[in-house]
Amino acid sequence: MSSPDPNRAQLTRSDRDGTVALQGDLVVWTLPTLPDGAVPRLDLSGLSRLDTAGAWYLSRQQAAGATLSGLSERHAELLDTVAGAMTEPVPDPAPDMPRWRQMLDRAGRRVVSGLVFFRELAEYLGRFVAALLRALRHPSEFRLTSLVYHCQETGLRAVPIVTLMSFLIGVVLAFQGATQLRQFGAEVFVVDLIAIAVLRELGILLTAIIVAGRTASALTAAIGSMKMHEEIDAMRTLGMDPDMVLILPRVLALVLMLPILGLISDVAGLVGGAVMSWIELGISPAMFLARLSDVEASNALVGLVKAPVFALIIGVIGCHAGMKVGKDADSLGRQTSTAVVNAIFAVIIADALFSIFFSEVNL
Amino acid sequence: MSVENVIEVRGLQTRFGSHVVHDGLDLDVRRGEILGVVGGSGTGKSVLLRSIVGLNRPSAGSIRVFGMDLDELTGEAREALEQRWGVMFQDGALFSALNVRENVEVPLRAVPGLGDDRRRALAELKVAMAGLPRLANDKFPSDLSGGMRKRAGLARALALDPEIVFLDEPTAGLDPIGASAFDRLIVALRDTLNLSVFMVTHDLDTLHACCDRIAVLAEKRVLTTGTMAEMLKIDHPWVHEYFHGPRARAAQPLDEGKG
Repeated sequence: MSSPDPNRAQLTRSDRDGTVALQGDLVVWTLPTLPDGAVPRLDLSGLSRLDTAGAWYLSRQQAAGATLSGLSERHAELLDTVAGAMTEPVPDPAPDMPRWRQMLDRAGRRVVSGLVFFRELAEYLGRFVAALLRALRHPSEFRLTSLVYHCQETGLRAVPIVTLMSFLIGVVLAFQGATQLRQFGAEVFVVDLIAIAVLRELGILLTAIIVAGRTASALTAAIGSMKMHEEIDAMRTLGMDPDMVLILPRVLALVLMLPILGLISDVAGLVGGAVMSWIELGISPAMFLARLSDVEASNALVGLVKAPVFALIIGVIGCHAGMKVGKDADSLGRQTSTAVVNAIFAVIIADALFSIFFSEVNL
Repeated sequence: MSVENVIEVRGLQTRFGSHVVHDGLDLDVRRGEILGVVGGSGTGKSVLLRSIVGLNRPSAGSIRVFGMDLDELTGEAREALEQRWGVMFQDGALFSALNVRENVEVPLRAVPGLGDDRRRALAELKVAMAGLPRLANDKFPSDLSGGMRKRAGLARALALDPEIVFLDEPTAGLDPIGASAFDRLIVALRDTLNLSVFMVTHDLDTLHACCDRIAVLAEKRVLTTGTMAEMLKIDHPWVHEYFHGPRARAAQPLDEGKG
């Protein structure tokens, strides 16, 4: 049997008195040249090559009532195989719901899945707290090495980027504040502006957003790929509790590290603001410090008290998304990006709620 | 009957850094035969498969498929050659973002002028021929069991009716019923489509049931090739252990000696 190049497959078709004669190669490459319509009689004595796609065409013609003639024994065998594989009937598609019901159906599903999401977040928060209490009661089960490792990953390694970002934010605030305040001749209040903005809001909020981007994605990816490869199931069978092994050290590391990062960020922001005030407004560092000591310390506390809450939000959302990863690589990518978006969004919402709360209690 | 070699490997050398996997490896695959490739773990069975289909570049030697050297082909000629073989990877290697039918449709999209309806119908035919139920068409790879993924991978490998099919451990991880159904499927496809099959396998039942010839990979080369009956007579210690071990005895069919 020769083996011609598939792209050079040739099929000639001649129509005589209702009998269509096919000559050459009836293969997938020549199939597009054949029309869909039924043919009463097919003469196949000139066929040199037939593949399953060709056999599919013939068996469709046969089902439509065509008579085939001149089929070689080998080709007939292939036709039987293909026809045999096609016996399973096509099931009737389920009748479509009316449009308004489809819309209601979709809306309902969305609402329920949103509620389920919140319930699951609450569940993971609960699992973290339970693991924490268990670690307090049985300190031997606690994995200190793991905690230190994650502190280094989420804390120490984030220091350079957090510092740089806060420094630049301080610079920008000083610059913009100076231009505006100069109109009133109140340049010196730029110190208050920087101190309150950085200490109260921006320092911790932007740090939390950076950490959400860095750590929530890392949490989801790490836990998700373990989930994908059944490592978490393996842990369970080995008597290890994933909450203790995976969730507790990661979330606890975040809770411990985020306030520290927030403090570093506060300092860097103030330094950035001081440098810019000196260059742009001629406020010397000594004068900056003197003005700064007039700013109430509660501003810094109000900022830093939010840090553990943001850390819990980031950690719980990241771990939850990791545990939701399915068996395909696609869901890992999807969950990772969802985790980051959700974590940043939730941090901003929580910050807004804190703002309202603090203004209500006059802090 | 004249013997035509669809694959000729001569003096193949494969190395990863300083680690030499193959050295001076020769192998022929004849048209219409099912060749089983066996060898211990780490002897480079899968590497050999990957080298033949051009995923690994050999450091020396030549690989000719249909008389053409892969290295010398570029562009369209290479594409045309690649359409004449199908590869089934160990775990199916299905595209996870596509369902089973869409996976099988991927190679069919290369056919110019093939309408959507026909492409769908042909893909569903291949899925059915690979022994999957009709319901499997709309499922995604992550929803399938290992055996079903292998079958879907085979359906995709067979989509363009290739002349050579490469199978990497087709029956590994299947239950005995599923594995022997897979064996029968491969033999039936070979008989009706005149396929040449290059199969990497450890399954002694499969070797008995469907392989025409067996190539043993050891000592960085093809130690020996021959039929099952010939394998049983070879006294190389590893080959002897492989074909006469307790598992091998259990796998020997009762009507041994037909070939």
